[in-house]
Amino acid sequence: MEHYYQQEIECAPREEILKIQDRKLVEQVKHVWENVPYYRKKMEEKGLTPDDIKGVEDLHKLPFLSKYDLREAYPYGLLGVPLKDCVRIHSTSGTTGKRVVAFYTQGDVDLWEDCCARAIMATGCTEDDVCQVSYGYGLFTGGAGLHGGSHKVGCLTIPMSSGNTERQIMFIQDLNATLICCTPSYAAYLGESMKEMGLKPEDIPLKAGIFGAEAWSEEMRRDIEKTLGIKAFDIYGLTELSGPGVAFECSAQNGMHINEDHFIAEIIDPETEEVLPEGTQGELVFTAIDKKAFPMMRYRTRDVCTLHRVKCSCGRTFVKMEKPKGRTDDMLIIRGVNVFPSQIEAVLLENGYQANYQIIVDRINNNDTFDVHVEMTPEMFTDNVAEISKRQNDLVAGLKSMLGIKAKVTLVAPKSITRSEGKAVRVIDRRKI
Amino acid sequence: MAVKQLSIFLENKPGKMNEMTEVLAENGIDMRALSVGETEGFGIVRVIAADPYAAATVLKDAGYINKLTSVVIVEIPNVPGGLNKVLKIFTEEKINIEYIYALSGERTTEKACMIFRVSDHRAAEAALTRAGIKVLTQEDVAEL
Repeated sequence: MEHYYQQEIECAPREEILKIQDRKLVEQVKHVWENVPYYRKKMEEKGLTPDDIKGVEDLHKLPFLSKYDLREAYPYGLLGVPLKDCVRIHSTSGTTGKRVVAFYTQGDVDLWEDCCARAIMATGCTEDDVCQVSYGYGLFTGGAGLHGGSHKVGCLTIPMSSGNTERQIMFIQDLNATLICCTPSYAAYLGESMKEMGLKPEDIPLKAGIFGAEAWSEEMRRDIEKTLGIKAFDIYGLTELSGPGVAFECSAQNGMHINEDHFIAEIIDPETEEVLPEGTQGELVFTAIDKKAFPMMRYRTRDVCTLHRVKCSCGRTFVKMEKPKGRTDDMLIIRGVNVFPSQIEAVLLENGYQANYQIIVDRINNNDTFDVHVEMTPEMFTDNVAEISKRQNDLVAGLKSMLGIKAKVTLVAPKSITRSEGKAVRVIDRRKI
Repeated sequence: MAVKQLSIFLENKPGKMNEMTEVLAENGIDMRALSVGETEGFGIVRVIAADPYAAATVLKDAGYINKLTSVVIVEIPNVPGGLNKVLKIFTEEKINIEYIYALSGERTTEKACMIFRVSDHRAAEAALTRAGIKVLTQEDVAEL
């Protein structure tokens, strides 16, 4: 049986959601015009006033916000309410320069936690479940978001945070955790650790997991589902937009429903900034239509993905986003070819390795070097040098056919690649261009 | 009666072998022989230990990927033609040799001990025994 946290919204007819979006967008534009001079200026530069935005059909007229604006306006420039009305901040590491600091009113926290509660119930969990939150707590949104959502659902919440793998497994076993929330790389790591401890999937009570905050592939999903004996659900979000829960996966496990009563999604061509029709791949852009403290208008996520508005077997009517194919800023251009880390992950899993890898790119004598370090696993190790070398060559061939360029593959010792407790460092780009 | 050899995955980088021997030293693991099969990026270290199971356990606990493989250890008279005699038997039996290395220790002064990784260790042992050549057991290795 499908469970919902707010069925009347999650399964509402499209026209009803559109009506909500129209109303909230008009209000939000007014709110931003009056309270965020930084964005008002951008609107004025385009000759816009709030009167020009009468509903979702006018959204495309509004100016974009990007990581650049977050840096420019740091820390208070995009704040939409007086600081005394804010109750919390969260922060995320930017790839370069300043961190992103996002502000929340109590209302903003509430709607965020509602989104996470929807994600939890979409996995089939209810107040009868025990939810172990193994995302990091603190400035990172992962811990707080799922923690709040778990409370709203009424699960017994274990605020575990990340790290201390043996204690994680002990709590799962002793307190009968049925749902775990963490990064996919940490879930894979937990699975490996369980194997090392001699535990089988049936030895632990987990039945579902919500994994997000970093890119992962379908192969990795199958891997995690097998080693932990669970159903693995994807979740999407950004600190700029509140955190995890902007979109979440349902029992169909083939894309994430966007919480459209709070966020309007668009897909644009990252070069021309034109809005693309649904079903076309492009850069994902979000407008938060009822978050007051940090109202992101047409925020460019840098995530490359596709939206699909199709009837879903779960009954929800929210539009579905595909798992992002990569980030426009994660995307590496090596020897002129676009390379997404997720493609490398897929080849590794296909060849029997685990997704523990690191890409190292450098430029030597004006040529890009492309090294992929892959952790050896007990399954792939034999006493025979020739056999290991053959498997290594198969991997090089697999990468070549996926990417079109040749990588140098180095096999490294297990657990030697920085990862596991937080986000994995997948890419080291040493090129100075 | 084949002897268990420990094969360990190591990165081919300065200090990696030493880190591994440190683990063995700390745990009082006594080695009888060691050899390395290397490539540019990684190496397989092969170890004959007095107690291969104890060695495998301490290495696994320290995070090293390792496997136990069967090898044949042959006692060869330390005279010209000694090894040739053993290899002839392998040739006759069509047994392929993947690699060979030598055992260290006092015993090797009069009689050399060579370690063979072969395509069929059972056939090799049987043929050597028929020819009156001594093949070492796990107990022999422990007592060396």
